[in-house]
Amino acid sequence: MTNAIAVQPQESMRLRARSFMAFVLTPWQPISAWLAQLDKWSGNSPNFFAGRPIILDLAGAAVGGSEIAPLITQLAARGIRIMALEGVDANQLAPSLPPVLQRGRSNGGDMTAAVDGATITGPQRHQEPSSLLIEGPIRSGRSIVFPNGDVTVLGSVSPGAEIVAGGSIHVYGALRGRAMAGSAGNPRARIFCNKNEAELISVDGYYCTAEQMDANLRNRSTQCWLEDCVLSIAALD
Amino acid sequence: MAKVLVVTSGKGGVGKTTSTAALGAALAQAGQKVAVVDFDVGLRNLDLVLGAERRVVFDLINVIQGGAKLSQALIRDKRLETLWLLPASQTRDKDALTEVGVATVIKEMRSKFDWVICDSPAGIERGATLAMRFADAAVIVTNPEVSSVRDSDRIIGLLDSKTEKAENGERIEKHMLITRYDAQRAKRGEMLNIEDVLDILTTPLLGIIPESQEVLRASNVGSPVTLCNATSAPARAYRDAARRLRGETVPITIPVAQQRLFGRLFGQRAA
Repeated sequence: MTNAIAVQPQESMRLRARSFMAFVLTPWQPISAWLAQLDKWSGNSPNFFAGRPIILDLAGAAVGGSEIAPLITQLAARGIRIMALEGVDANQLAPSLPPVLQRGRSNGGDMTAAVDGATITGPQRHQEPSSLLIEGPIRSGRSIVFPNGDVTVLGSVSPGAEIVAGGSIHVYGALRGRAMAGSAGNPRARIFCNKNEAELISVDGYYCTAEQMDANLRNRSTQCWLEDCVLSIAALD
Repeated sequence: MAKVLVVTSGKGGVGKTTSTAALGAALAQAGQKVAVVDFDVGLRNLDLVLGAERRVVFDLINVIQGGAKLSQALIRDKRLETLWLLPASQTRDKDALTEVGVATVIKEMRSKFDWVICDSPAGIERGATLAMRFADAAVIVTNPEVSSVRDSDRIIGLLDSKTEKAENGERIEKHMLITRYDAQRAKRGEMLNIEDVLDILTTPLLGIIPESQEVLRASNVGSPVTLCNATSAPARAYRDAARRLRGETVPITIPVAQQRLFGRLFGQRAA
């Protein structure tokens, strides 16, 4: 009688490469003032850092080796988890601190990560989704923050609601709230809507309130974009 | 099993308590077993509107804290034997409400009634969020004017995020009830049109209740408007709304107050 035993195929241990886009915080001295600014900024967008990998670039901060751990603790208390450090000498640091990365590329180039001098390009780049689609109206009080790319809304955006996108914003309905495109520093982002009743629109930080908009562009299908640092709005119909 | 309905609005003074009483009475008149619950702890009004203010012994907070049984706190309406009221406390405040307590009370009421109607307080804080927490359906009461519409929009957003149903990925049934509608003022542009309100809130319309002095008269005598003057325009509108809540298809009309020709002539002469 033969006992048939299934032979498990041997799985070899594989080391894969992944690229992510992480935000970089660059503190400056005095640290307490920088933390106060950070609190003020994140007060307006409470969950901005939640779940995001953050890199702490200490190159401009002249932070001593013993001050790094308390700073990381203070940031952790604010819900900011430091994934890695830049701009410090790894030898000065205790092993319990996050690792030090070298030669990170700034956003906009290709997404290869440099590790210890050798460059690994992952054949399957794990890209985060670059656009967000929301069906249904955005109700007053809701805040949609999507720094990775475009936001498309199939419905209206109520007054008192806001959309913050790293890319462009497309509203297939009436835009009655606030729309802030190009939030991560993208001056080429645009805002499109079927009916312009916006409270405020902004591209790459340059903004325009309802009062400042031309009256004959209200209630029409419009696009707005940045031209030579001036916010322009034009009708689409 | 009962249906738990929350009557909410965001804005204060738009007609939540009036509508809770009127809808509750209309459903009870149709033979349903109805309990109306006042969640406005500290500023209770549902007992006044129902004429039960002199019979309140125990309230919602007593039941939550175990000081009384539900059956001791429920007050039966003297006119409709299938309508019951669970009043709020007047001396405590919203902090006395706990999620676990409210859950237990609602669960017990589900087994005893066909409809549990929760009269939410105004605002978006604890009292309002707890009133909507365990609801299966919501009636959003809105006046056709800009602040009320904006606040209703906010409340709809909360219904889609802070209720148990929403957290489980289910959709909570939402109905819009427009109250204090005055067709003349809408025509003159002093009030929003029904279409404008629907366009902004994009929620199915349950009914349109016209502005009427009957509402104030009814609350002064401690009776829901559907009982006090059953042929008045708001009473007819509320009854139609109650029928729609039960799933009937009733075409939406704006009832106009029946004007008596002679009444108007004599009125002018006397002036």
